[in-house]
Amino acid sequence: MIEAQSLTKVYGGTTAVDGIDFQVKPGLVTGFLGPNGAGKSTTMRMILGLDLPTSGTVAVGGRRYQGRVWPLHEVGALLDARAVHPGRSAYDHLHSLAAANGIARARVDEVLEQVGLASVARKRAGGFSLGMFQRLGIAGALLGDPGTLLFDEPVNGLDPEGIIWIRTFIRSLAAEGRTVLVSSHLMSEMALTADHLLVIGRGRMIADMPLSELMARHSGDRVEVRSADPQWMAADLRAAGAQVTLEPDGTLGVVGLGSRKIGELAAERGHVLYQLRDVTVSLEEAYFRLTGESVEFRAAAPVAS
Amino acid sequence: MSAQAATVPSRGIRLDSRLRATARSEWIKFRSVRSGPFVLVATALIVVVGAWLLGDANRGSYLAASPAGKAAFDPVFTVLQGIELAQLFVGALGVITVTGEYASGLIRGTFVATPQRAQVLAIKALVFAVVVWACCTAMSFAAFFLGQSVLSPAKHAGIGDPGVLTAVFGGGLYLTLVGLLGMFIGVLVRRTPAALAALFGLLAVLPIVFIEIPGKITKNLGEYTPDAGEQAYQLVHSGAYALGPWQGLGVLAAYVAVAAVAAFAIILRRDA
Repeated sequence: MIEAQSLTKVYGGTTAVDGIDFQVKPGLVTGFLGPNGAGKSTTMRMILGLDLPTSGTVAVGGRRYQGRVWPLHEVGALLDARAVHPGRSAYDHLHSLAAANGIARARVDEVLEQVGLASVARKRAGGFSLGMFQRLGIAGALLGDPGTLLFDEPVNGLDPEGIIWIRTFIRSLAAEGRTVLVSSHLMSEMALTADHLLVIGRGRMIADMPLSELMARHSGDRVEVRSADPQWMAADLRAAGAQVTLEPDGTLGVVGLGSRKIGELAAERGHVLYQLRDVTVSLEEAYFRLTGESVEFRAAAPVAS
Repeated sequence: MSAQAATVPSRGIRLDSRLRATARSEWIKFRSVRSGPFVLVATALIVVVGAWLLGDANRGSYLAASPAGKAAFDPVFTVLQGIELAQLFVGALGVITVTGEYASGLIRGTFVATPQRAQVLAIKALVFAVVVWACCTAMSFAAFFLGQSVLSPAKHAGIGDPGVLTAVFGGGLYLTLVGLLGMFIGVLVRRTPAALAALFGLLAVLPIVFIEIPGKITKNLGEYTPDAGEQAYQLVHSGAYALGPWQGLGVLAAYVAVAAVAAFAIILRRDA
């Protein structure tokens, strides 16, 4: 379990993380989603005690990270896969980390085997491909067999086979009951990996909900309904088996029932309809809509010449 | 979760086992990149081969020198002068031991594994100091014995002569302190080129600046630049204050201490 309360980080005059609250629960893959520069990596560094919060707190398993004596037994992290001395072998790199936490050498061989790097373990890391670095980073995170795992952009630069491998692997870690936080700037990736989503933009938490809810709310084949009595309409729609969200302006977002069925139901039950509209939104679009206002650097629209 | 990794080191002797774990980790890091062994071998070659060349060159010039020149001749310093060049290597090794970890980003991995940053720095410095001291003291002795045998029949020293043992040990201590100075400057600056510039500025440029500026005050202050430590491997001490070997090393150690205090203060506060 990772818990943050009003977590804030200000660098110079720039607020990288702006008072966010969240919980990362065990047994689930929690996706930490946001555009580049949204504050994902900063938040992860604060979780690991590398950056000190300007204000607010974050705790892993109920305690600050900095106070831990043998942290790798409880928390494993892949931050920057390339953070390996190029002249050191994969084995020596992991061995030095293992030794720092009293982890047996046999475990180094074990994790190298697990990530498929056993055959290049004695080669200098400088010659590794990005995919191999990612695997090495994951091996490092697994060394202490921790109950909490953090992966910062683990699929970056991987080939399709590697992406599927990591996805499956991360899901299996959560299935074993571990707490798993995975950051990504790709909605499509998170849709396949995460159970729960934390969406962050410009340092603020934009959404904190199960993936299924985000999909239901913001994507898929959805029908927007405006009617004279939204509450009553919503109740009838739910009774008919639809998932309904009620927007503040009274618009109903309906999933699971087509516009035709909704029209028939309205006629049958005597509802007055003002609007009945099919909306098709992909998850990717939903994500853009969510983060649209929070992208820090955006290319200007191309100017016609 | 697997039986294998569940064996957390015993908690009864927590600090002790924590320190040993950090030391083991830092030692693995030191020995598993080429720069450490490479630099130490290069340093040994410079110091030992240098002693042979210096002894050989000075034998003839000593025999041809005036009586005054003969009296001022320092047979120990003469053959250990290779240290002046070697210090650049050892200092650079101190720098890159730290800046290499910052440059690759590995420092974050180190602090994730061991959040006790002051302990990491202290142990890193200790491991470095022990290894460098052992190697450099050995090469200082080797250079002394080789140099004296080459110097003979010109004036040469025995290891039991007054001040000689101090001077030979002094050579190893001087190099160790220079390496530590590089290491702490590396922590402060983090980038390799800037840290090397700062270190060599202190060691090589600062003394020249004091010599070049005319006036007694600067001349006297010039005695207290970090290269005062070079008195450590000399038998004949000149200069305004005629600092002896231990005073000279003390001056250098004071610079190291100031850099160390700053390094510890900053490493605890700075975001990694």
